[in-house]
Amino acid sequence: MDDLVWIFANASVINNFTLAYFLGLCPFFGVTNRIDTAFRLGVANLFTLLITSLSATLLDRYVLVHAPYLQLISYIVVIAGTVQFVEMAIKKLSPALFRALGIDLPLITTNGAILGLALFQSSKGYGLVQGLVYALGAGVGLTLAMVIMAGLREEIEFAPISKLLRGVALNFFVAGMLSLAFMGFAGLFAKG
Amino acid sequence: MSHDNGPSLWSTFSAGLWRENPIFAIVIGLCPTMAVTNTVTNALVMGVATAFVLMGSSAMVSALRKVTPGPVRITIYIIIIATFVSAVDWALAALLPLAHKQLGAFISLIVVNCIILGRAEAFAARNPVLPSVLDALGMAAGFTLAMLMISTPREILGSGTLLGLPLFGPRFEPWVIMVLPPGGFLTMATELTILAWWRHRSAERQALAEAT
Amino acid sequence: MSAPEPTSATLIGTLTLAGLLSGLVLVGVFQSTKPLIAANRAAAMEAAVTRVVPGAVKAASYERVDGKVRASQVAVGASSDKPMAYAGLDKAGKVVGYAIPAEGPGFMDTIRVLYGYVPGAGTIVGMEVLDSRETPGLGDKIYKDADFVANFKKLDSKPEIVGKKKGTKSKPNEIDFITGATISSKAIVKILNGSAAQWAEPLAAGATPTQGKQP
Repeated sequence: MDDLVWIFANASVINNFTLAYFLGLCPFFGVTNRIDTAFRLGVANLFTLLITSLSATLLDRYVLVHAPYLQLISYIVVIAGTVQFVEMAIKKLSPALFRALGIDLPLITTNGAILGLALFQSSKGYGLVQGLVYALGAGVGLTLAMVIMAGLREEIEFAPISKLLRGVALNFFVAGMLSLAFMGFAGLFAKG
Repeated sequence: MSHDNGPSLWSTFSAGLWRENPIFAIVIGLCPTMAVTNTVTNALVMGVATAFVLMGSSAMVSALRKVTPGPVRITIYIIIIATFVSAVDWALAALLPLAHKQLGAFISLIVVNCIILGRAEAFAARNPVLPSVLDALGMAAGFTLAMLMISTPREILGSGTLLGLPLFGPRFEPWVIMVLPPGGFLTMATELTILAWWRHRSAERQALAEAT
Repeated sequence: MSAPEPTSATLIGTLTLAGLLSGLVLVGVFQSTKPLIAANRAAAMEAAVTRVVPGAVKAASYERVDGKVRASQVAVGASSDKPMAYAGLDKAGKVVGYAIPAEGPGFMDTIRVLYGYVPGAGTIVGMEVLDSRETPGLGDKIYKDADFVANFKKLDSKPEIVGKKKGTKSKPNEIDFITGATISSKAIVKILNGSAAQWAEPLAAGATPTQGKQP
């Protein structure tokens, strides 16, 4: 049984979903050209993660004990439904954000971080509260990584860099450095 | 791509291999590419598993393309893909338990690999079964090729081994960082830069040849 | 997709059909691979048990409920919602020790270990790392460094395990840390101490060989 602080730190920084598990790289590279879009998509992801965690716990407890072979299919269907719900909520609450996010919103469904969360929390045997803390950590971690990445990219835009490096390759270099920096969080809770 | 006397079967297959390589040309399906390329063996198992899912789902999507109603097609594609992935997951756990343990949840995560849904929507849904399977085979081969290109330097430099066999003497100090997550990003970045340089150079040469 | 607009009934029908077919395939594959997967898990766990409990050739599962240990119906290696321990049985079927899975935070991620334990004296007789993502070349010495693993061949867990700088251990409840991987070494000590404290009394009180058939 892991305690909640460890779960949160583990999901958010020590094993950041994007920088250590490589989950959700498409939106990570796709929307991180501006800080505010990155932050908002991060928050949308956070909500999706929380709802998914809750649904996955309920599924595990009431459906999958009887039909374990439905795990993957039921998770992905629930995620698709959740994303649809978040999409409708955003459309209602903030039409401007809805337009700004565009295609990235429905694509949350194929964001590996969401399905990864459901699978990891189930394989780690987390209960309801642990699962929610894990989802919160993962969401905060995703948002943090995306916002830092967007900040770096906004700065790099005006830096004198070879034309060959510009574009995807440069993004990978920056992400690599960020991933290296996040490794510094390792060992945060094993001390003492 | 779907003209009446469309491209030959060979070019359908070879497109995915390099020209439209999912990783290096289109840059999709990145999660598994980085996550399981710390050893060549992992990359190979992942490549084969993905190939099976990609070919199976492309064949099914293509065979059912005339009876799949448009509005629910994505849902049906996802059901097909998830079914194949579940089957592969259990088959690996039953037959290759060690490889399955190494890859862990990343086998299940094939479901959200954009390459598979992308090929279903862009190719298999509009083409007969044979070209669809060949397209899937080409894409899967290109995907595996890309993963091998990333995993080989990572394993050689990061562990001093290839396919688990030691390459150097005991005095070799491995670059541990290469098998850790940052190594994945940095290897990919280096290879993309080399490719960009190579494309740039051949474009320049072509321009030069045309000018003279 | 130039076909006429499909009716809702067609849509629901198609989806139901797809769901049914996929369910059929899933159940088929699941049922045919299930025994093999369970056998693989049991074989892997049993092999680990015989490695950490010297003299054991077979394993039997036990579970802890309300501070008491009793024989469990859950197969060896299968997941359970109760804390599990595996008795290591010798050729005659006598219990020679227990193998206990335990886990806790490591340097990079949760570390899962299995350790051999003899109740009463509270001696640890073996330790194996089941699962970890510790740094290659440093933290992974917790299972690659033969000297470190040898610490756990005979180790008193009472009152608790104490880690010392490499080469300075002197008492039977002390181990040598790995130079350069102190955090991972400490994590192992912490995991073992935490788990041994929970299991010591229930195991010393003896297992109740109860309810139903023995596995």
